[in-house]
Amino acid sequence: MATAVEQERKIIEGSMAVAEIVKRCRPQVVSAYPITPQTHIVEDLSQFVADGEMECEFINCESEFSAISICLGASATGSRVYTATSSQGLLLMTEVLFNVSGLRLPIVLTCANRAVSSPLSIWNDQQDSIALRDAGWMQFYAEDNQEVADLHLQAYKIAEDHRVLLPAMVCMDGFILTHAFEPVELPAQEAADAFLPAYDPLVKLDPEQPVTMGAFADPNYYMETRWHLEYAMSQAHAVIEEVATEFEQTFGRPGLHVIEEYRTEGAETIILGLGSMMSAVKDTVDELRDEGEAVGAIKLRCYRPFPEKRLIEALQGVKRVAVMEKDISLGKGGAVCTDLRAALYDLPERPAVTGFVVGLGGRDIANHTVRACYQRTKQGSGENVWVEMREDLLEPEMVQAWKQQWE
Amino acid sequence: MAESLLAPGHTACLGCGELLGARLAIDAAGPNTIVVNTTGCLEVCTSKFPQSAWRVPWIHSLFDNAGPVAAGIEASLRAQGKKQGITVIAQGGDGGMADIGFGFTSGMWERGHDVLTMIFDNEAYMNTGIQRSGLTPFDARTSTSPSGKVSFGNPRPKKDMVQIAVAHGLPYVASTSSSYARDLQTKVKKAIAIEGPTFIHVHTPCPLGWGFAAASTVEIGQLAVKTALFPVVEIEEGKVTKVMSFREKTPVEEYLKPQARFRHLFAGNGAAEQIAQIQAIADQNIERYGLLRSS
Repeated sequence: MATAVEQERKIIEGSMAVAEIVKRCRPQVVSAYPITPQTHIVEDLSQFVADGEMECEFINCESEFSAISICLGASATGSRVYTATSSQGLLLMTEVLFNVSGLRLPIVLTCANRAVSSPLSIWNDQQDSIALRDAGWMQFYAEDNQEVADLHLQAYKIAEDHRVLLPAMVCMDGFILTHAFEPVELPAQEAADAFLPAYDPLVKLDPEQPVTMGAFADPNYYMETRWHLEYAMSQAHAVIEEVATEFEQTFGRPGLHVIEEYRTEGAETIILGLGSMMSAVKDTVDELRDEGEAVGAIKLRCYRPFPEKRLIEALQGVKRVAVMEKDISLGKGGAVCTDLRAALYDLPERPAVTGFVVGLGGRDIANHTVRACYQRTKQGSGENVWVEMREDLLEPEMVQAWKQQWE
Repeated sequence: MAESLLAPGHTACLGCGELLGARLAIDAAGPNTIVVNTTGCLEVCTSKFPQSAWRVPWIHSLFDNAGPVAAGIEASLRAQGKKQGITVIAQGGDGGMADIGFGFTSGMWERGHDVLTMIFDNEAYMNTGIQRSGLTPFDARTSTSPSGKVSFGNPRPKKDMVQIAVAHGLPYVASTSSSYARDLQTKVKKAIAIEGPTFIHVHTPCPLGWGFAAASTVEIGQLAVKTALFPVVEIEEGKVTKVMSFREKTPVEEYLKPQARFRHLFAGNGAAEQIAQIQAIADQNIERYGLLRSS
């Protein structure tokens, strides 16, 4: 995919890749509160501002709650805004996150995915963003730092599209991506500007044209506003696809197509996952293919809106799906597995789906982890199957309950 | 008379001091103002979809975040080169601004945003049914600090938001009352002429929550000031520059007696001692700010 657009290639940390692309997105207001492992992103951005490389109002505030509230006010006044957070910070923002989508403000937020307390853990899983799946934010997940950078540029364009006007969360695995150095191609400023023009708000706070925003709605009005949001989510599918195609044509790299299929031709079993784990998944698929196994992988780039149609298409004729995810909806199982099973329910013929909970709180996901999930999937469907547990930390009856999942 | 920027037809109770104070304030601030409002009486009374009483750009986000939302608006205007000539006001009740949103208000002040903060203080969570707040006065009866066989109501004095604001180093801090229209409007105009964070604490009587006749709102508000239970002061660059003072001391009973929330202080054992404690609070205010003129 050759392209005439000017780009530069740098070997940089994932957080710097985010900062570099955010700079090119030209947010007018940036506000954030430091939290591991998001810190480097906002430190890098503040350095850009200090060096005069980036023109924006950069506001260091006293909490994530204020950071997202500052973004809300700035966005309502017609500015493009940016924030980044992680784990407890995202949860502290929760009240405002719901409010932002209800007000239809196209804010873009980076979530450096991290486990949630208790116990305190600074290490990676995706419980934080997955827990916010009902907040009315689009959620995009990155496999590597090139994708992280590319997703941000596309996220603004999708979010600000007048057919959508929804906030977007770009999710990157904490430490695994935020602190990893990789080569990343970045568009020249002119190329970024051409792809992402200035934000054109539908309404804004302006004394020239006074509007009331955030009115309260009695039962005669509330439900329709929620339908507006749900409708916007449904419209987002087409916009995401359009933007992904334009991105691909402009920059010559894969765009934000809602899923990526990897060696799925003729596959009887599909391993589906999100984020950085996909490198191990793809590597294991290669190994298994070499061993003659009919297996492929699907990467879920977009979790909200849930790409139901695309998944159904992609899973046609597939016998088994292994869903690997780094979250647990306690009392039920992994959220992605639950969503996928629901999506497949109405089909006359559907694959067996097994849900695996992996990698919580920074537990490594290696090829043997993927292989274990694959082997278990071939034994028959299951839900809420936990992988590679330490028996020495569990009571005997708990070990027994866990082992039953593997029979 | 010019049309008010807070239109009539809102749904506030008869005699509402908060709406009176808010209307006086926005008319003093003028049309080049963007208002951020917390959840609360003032918000629900003026913004029920599909109507709005506001003739200025106005936003309500949540109960607790008027401060940072206003900070974001101010930053956004600066980024767009439009801040000049536009006033940003963060306003709400005692609950939204001084309790649940207190830390966020503090953050906005500490960062020095050019925002006027206004608390319309009716001394309890009136919107949810008269529950105690951090600004409920000592011994006031609320639905969560009721008087009873072993209680005289709210056991703590009002949190001193004026001194808290002063401690943040704000260039302009003032208190006023919806019962003193000219004082309130003068202070709003003065505050918005000053660049940087400014704060005005507005005492606003609530007929429903305090239990007095709706026609007495202005009088009750004046009694709070005259008894020195709500001192009206002006503090510039940390120094008291002006106070509303009086020739004669008005006993606190004159303020307490007409209000149902203090009725339990006029019957039963130990009530007199309680009133003496309230008088002591007033006396401290008199001494602190020099509220009694000798001539």
